[in-house]
Amino acid sequence: MSLVDWSRAQFALTAMYHWIFVPLTLGLSFIVAFMHTMYYNTKAEKWKNTTKFWMKIFGINFAIGVATGIILEFEFGTNWSNYSWIVGDIFGAPLAIEGILAFFLESTFIAVMFFGWDRVSKKFHMLSSWFVAIGSNLSALWILVANAWMQNPVGMEFNPDTARNEMVDFWEILFSPTAVHKFLHTISNGYVVASLFVIGISAWFILKGRHLEFAKRSMLIASSFGLISSLFVVFTGDGSAYDVAQTQPMKFAAMEGLYEGGEGVVLVTAGMLTPGKKYDNDKDEYVFALKIPNLLSYLAERDANAYVPGIRNIIEGDKENGIIPLEERMKNGKIAITALKEYKTSEDKTIKDEALKTFRKNYKDFGYGFLPDKESAIPNVPLTFYSFHIMVGLGFYFIILFAIILFFSIKQTIDRKKTWLKIALWSIPLGFIASELGWVVAEVGRQPWTIQDLLPTMASTSHLSTSSVQITFWLFTVLFTVLLIAEFKIMIHQIKSGPKEERS
Amino acid sequence: MFENLSYLALQQYWWIIVSLLASVLVFLMFVQGGQTLISQLSKNEKEKSLLINSIGRRWDVTFTTLVTFGGAFFASFPLFYSTSFGGAYWVWMLILFSFIIQAVSYEYRTKTNNFLGRKTYDTFLFINGILATILIGTAVGTFFTGSEFSVDKLNITNPADPIISRWETATHGLEAALNITNLSLGLAIFFLSRVLAGLYFINNIDNDSIVKRAAKQVKLCTIPFLVFFLLFVGLILTKEGFAVNPDTKEVFMEKFKYLHNLIEMPIVLIMFLVGVVAVLYGIFLGAFKSSGKGIWFSGAGTVLTVLAILMLAGFNNTAFYPSTYDLQSSLTIQNASSSKYTLTAMSYVSLLIPFVIAYIWYVWKSLNKKKVSDDDIKEDDMAY
Repeated sequence: MSLVDWSRAQFALTAMYHWIFVPLTLGLSFIVAFMHTMYYNTKAEKWKNTTKFWMKIFGINFAIGVATGIILEFEFGTNWSNYSWIVGDIFGAPLAIEGILAFFLESTFIAVMFFGWDRVSKKFHMLSSWFVAIGSNLSALWILVANAWMQNPVGMEFNPDTARNEMVDFWEILFSPTAVHKFLHTISNGYVVASLFVIGISAWFILKGRHLEFAKRSMLIASSFGLISSLFVVFTGDGSAYDVAQTQPMKFAAMEGLYEGGEGVVLVTAGMLTPGKKYDNDKDEYVFALKIPNLLSYLAERDANAYVPGIRNIIEGDKENGIIPLEERMKNGKIAITALKEYKTSEDKTIKDEALKTFRKNYKDFGYGFLPDKESAIPNVPLTFYSFHIMVGLGFYFIILFAIILFFSIKQTIDRKKTWLKIALWSIPLGFIASELGWVVAEVGRQPWTIQDLLPTMASTSHLSTSSVQITFWLFTVLFTVLLIAEFKIMIHQIKSGPKEERS
Repeated sequence: MFENLSYLALQQYWWIIVSLLASVLVFLMFVQGGQTLISQLSKNEKEKSLLINSIGRRWDVTFTTLVTFGGAFFASFPLFYSTSFGGAYWVWMLILFSFIIQAVSYEYRTKTNNFLGRKTYDTFLFINGILATILIGTAVGTFFTGSEFSVDKLNITNPADPIISRWETATHGLEAALNITNLSLGLAIFFLSRVLAGLYFINNIDNDSIVKRAAKQVKLCTIPFLVFFLLFVGLILTKEGFAVNPDTKEVFMEKFKYLHNLIEMPIVLIMFLVGVVAVLYGIFLGAFKSSGKGIWFSGAGTVLTVLAILMLAGFNNTAFYPSTYDLQSSLTIQNASSSKYTLTAMSYVSLLIPFVIAYIWYVWKSLNKKKVSDDDIKEDDMAY
């Protein structure tokens, strides 16, 4: 594997570890804040114990989330040095705002949340729990704005004198549809993960016949929150997919395993890809597939008969439908690169002006000039396809699960539904899996780009030896795995010891 | 309002903000200093737990300041971010590793079934205390001594090898620790963090024997702190510095550059002197009077002194991140900064900083109405 592969592996590793903990933080913070409010309103000891129990779990999870998070921010510099310069003018801002606006809010009020019992007023203490929830969700906002901008670079312009992209419209970046969908989809997914977590653990208590009232109380809150959130996930997921179809057609095609595009394209709800299928061979796309006619066209363009390009169309081009062949884009990219060089090295004003004009005309394909071959423009299709379909399938399953649990919770018969309780318990990991797969779709599907169409991964790295990154990769693997085991063991113990027993 | 500022004024404004964050970070590293003092200041587990719970309520603010410092530096001077982080890879990785292991340690050390055992987590805290202070100090030292890197923006036009910033040593930053100037700053910050930690404990902990031991440690650590600090100041004020010609932007070596900067910017000179005196006065209060006010004087003094030192590195036509490999690759606040648009937008965001400081202040005050004591920890089932 080359430097860029190891750099990607390290980023994927650290990001995926970090993401084990973040969704739970995003969702659990609100669940805790809600319980805390119940305590504030009712003054009932039982709510205090419920709040404290989930708050402790939150704290254990939060600590490792912080530990795994710090590296991500700095990795842009340490391992993606070229990226940091070429887009730092835009990308750095949300990271700084995240720190100033969100992280301080989070960390300051977490101290009140944990140590505020009997030290501050009850109202201020309760509000602090809300500030923690708002702070953690705000931090998600800014990093997701940054990520969305990589996928759909808006509000910027390349400055040939500084050899980088520069921000020209802050609001366009913040309110880009990609950012809005990504943010809403991601945080609501966090609420789903946390709800599944709370329901699963509560189910375990009921199955063990312990802390029944506490467990039922927690379950009612989490299943209501989960049901609303999981419906919202579908809605924002649809928005995200539409957005991908508009801005990243290659990713969209990979998500569906679509090689041959056309009009009125079917949606594959489930299926198996043909091994060895390439854009330039005639193998069938799927070994088998459950299809719904015209739905993909509708999802991509809001028109059941609309044209949707497949991978082959994007590579070979489809001029009728306005798709430029990849070879031409690679050529344009090389022209842009050469023109930039001419602009920067020539002393002659007319040559410079001419070069700049050529550069501007071809800049939209700048990144294609770095691609070694056509193949490298295609992401890993099976990984993207299966990740996407499993994620969507799980998403719909969660809705059903939440609805059933909520139904029995309201009917107050949940403690007798042993099968559903077992299913709920075993659904905890599914939430985490769906969440991670979402990032696989987003990040594997957009390869080879760090900045869509403008900068590929191989032009984004630092000037390091492959072995340096190999060493840090393995160091992170060992360290994060050890910390994960520690977290897991502490968490299990904490859960098993249960909440403080209430006297009824 | 910020739109009317010149590009240079915005660059200077952001150099001040980033320097301010760095200065506050150095002050807040009393947490790290405290982590290295735990065993010296405690005679039993109970005292140890007092100490850890005392700094344990502050560690995340230090951590957050570091993260915000990184983000702000990225947003305002991205060329530094790409050159230093991507180049001095090993130094930054070591610093980051030490913060990763710190972040779990407070929360996990006393938890049952914590896999690694309490001792390991306490060792993690100790390692973070040593590495973070010495290495961050060493890294800042290179602002005056330079590093071996090159920056060539034309590289982006070569698809076979498009990387703009390149480090030219195989040790990727570790070589900085071999330089006496860098090392003396690293050690000065290490001992300063222990002095500040001692003063903080005197202020924060309700236990006479710990206060007595802390006062003794303040005295003990002040001596090496002063030795290394004066050595560092002496070395940079007498050395050649990396000057920038304001018209041609050419970087050249100037004898006594940092001494000139100090004299030519009287405000910085005053900040520096006031800062040093405040640090010493705070030490005097803590070490000889066991007064809790020491941390306020020494803390504020630390911020002023570090701020002054960073002004010397970046202002008055000086290259703040010099390259000894290729002088013209050196980074200045002008050639390393973000665009005028971004700096303007970020300047509006910076107006929120006073509010952030205000609520942190308010929260700390309301949480710290009384000092940390044994009873306090016993009653609190959330304690570390």
